[in-house]
Amino acid sequence: MIQVKEISKFFGKKPVIQDVSVEVATGKITSFIGPNGAGKSTLLSMVSRLLNADTGEVLLDKADVRRWKSDDFAKRVSILKQSNYMNVRLTIRELVSFGRFPYSKGNLKPEDEVKVDEALQYMNLDDLQHNYLDELSGGQRQRAFIAMVIAQDTDYILLDEPLNNLDMKHSVQIMKILRKLVDELGKTVIIVLHDINFASVYSDNIVALKNGRVVKDGPTNDIINSDALKEIYDMDIPVQEQNGCRICVYFNS
Amino acid sequence: MRNRTKMLILVGLAIVFVLLYVFYELNGNYHYAFPRRLIKVAAMALTGMAIAYSTVVFQTITHNRILTPSVMGLDALYMMVQTIIYFFFGSMSIFVINAHFNFLLAVTAMIVFALVFYQVLFKEGKRPIYFLLLVGMIVGTFLGSVTTFFQVLIDPNEFLSLQSKMFASFNNVNSDLVWLAGIVILIVFVYGWRHLSQLDVMSLGRDTAINLGVPYDKLVKRMLVLSSVLIAVSTALVGPITFFGLIVANLSYQFFKTYKHSVLIAGSCVMSIVALIGGQWMVERVFNFDTTLSVIINFVGGVYFIYLLLKESRSAG
Repeated sequence: MIQVKEISKFFGKKPVIQDVSVEVATGKITSFIGPNGAGKSTLLSMVSRLLNADTGEVLLDKADVRRWKSDDFAKRVSILKQSNYMNVRLTIRELVSFGRFPYSKGNLKPEDEVKVDEALQYMNLDDLQHNYLDELSGGQRQRAFIAMVIAQDTDYILLDEPLNNLDMKHSVQIMKILRKLVDELGKTVIIVLHDINFASVYSDNIVALKNGRVVKDGPTNDIINSDALKEIYDMDIPVQEQNGCRICVYFNS
Repeated sequence: MRNRTKMLILVGLAIVFVLLYVFYELNGNYHYAFPRRLIKVAAMALTGMAIAYSTVVFQTITHNRILTPSVMGLDALYMMVQTIIYFFFGSMSIFVINAHFNFLLAVTAMIVFALVFYQVLFKEGKRPIYFLLLVGMIVGTFLGSVTTFFQVLIDPNEFLSLQSKMFASFNNVNSDLVWLAGIVILIVFVYGWRHLSQLDVMSLGRDTAINLGVPYDKLVKRMLVLSSVLIAVSTALVGPITFFGLIVANLSYQFFKTYKHSVLIAGSCVMSIVALIGGQWMVERVFNFDTTLSVIINFVGGVYFIYLLLKESRSAG
């Protein structure tokens, strides 16, 4: 279980996250939403120990994430950030194999290869596996990185705006895969999303942030309604129901 | 060609040059020339490997393939220490005559400098590594200016003998020191060997490396210290030739085309041995000592560096 307890983070003197407490439900998709600069990515970075909180603590199974041994933590929680700049030229398969590093320490065993094959299949990358990452489109690259995280085989998967720069088709594809990971493999997914409608359609719970504070936290249906959205985004957003999905029509509000 | 084949070719080439260097025109002189040549070969192999290793590691942690550890200012510090010794104590003082003393003094100065430097800069939480490099460059330039200041004032005769310290030279290495340096370098290598696969992960960037369970920030500090120790020992042994590392590291990336540091580092180590021993052999037998190896290295290295810059700017544009 991941619990965030009263954490704050300052960049210089400016507070980015203030007294945030969140409890993440296991076996669910939880989306972090909110306007630009609300602190969503910062919060995700602190949960995944990429950043240290200035005050407060993040607990994984009741133990502070800073106390966890680096590689034990990597077997439980994985994180994928938005930009993944690399200095080396890798094929998709080589990248996905790195997902096994917490277990294999660089020497892949047969069972690691199996996991890599499974991850590649899951993301439909079998045919492309020997292509170099710099020869791929943005969508394929993003899928390759998600495949690496799947190969890492962690209970918790944290993703920072994985739909950035993706077209509709690929966005839907990735969200469906995340849904499958949760429903079929029992993973817990925490995801920072910009598009409120993806959050509405695919997530179980939503945490809404604004100016570094949590303004709403609860099941998706409690949050996707005009009153709550007004509070989060300062906009009047009509919500329409379509085939059982709540869609926010914010384009001309 | 597979990487294993490439490596075998390189190792073969290295062995050929070592044999050539040791036995060519030896004329059965096993008492005098033979042990001296062996010492020189050992000194070249050790420095070559130390510099290759530290450069590859340094480039991985800085994510930059045209930097050498010399931007941290260790070479500049070495030159300043030597200049100050010559200026205040003279070329006949114990600090110069006694090679052991000189070696220990230089190594201690460099390692203490590096440790204090990292301690101060890493103390205030997280700073980007480029901040560290920038400060290193400024401190290096400052030390260089101090060195020049003393060199302008120094007695011309003293300056002539100081000049021998300014360029790397394998011609009069002390055999005890080769042993000492060899032991230190061996220890660092054995320690560093365990971290090679973690370096592979580090080249994926900080966020991905931490995600995969590599304690990134801690490892950066350790690798910086490790690379400083190697630079300090090799510089004190033969003089400043860190520029050389740039050549072999980049040749190794181009030649092996892999992300695996075990291959890259082993490859660049063997390449250094080929280049240094082969180069020295040519300097001695082909050019008859008309030039020195470090002049050739700086010349070839300079040309290659310009080529790298052009290539990088083309791929960036």
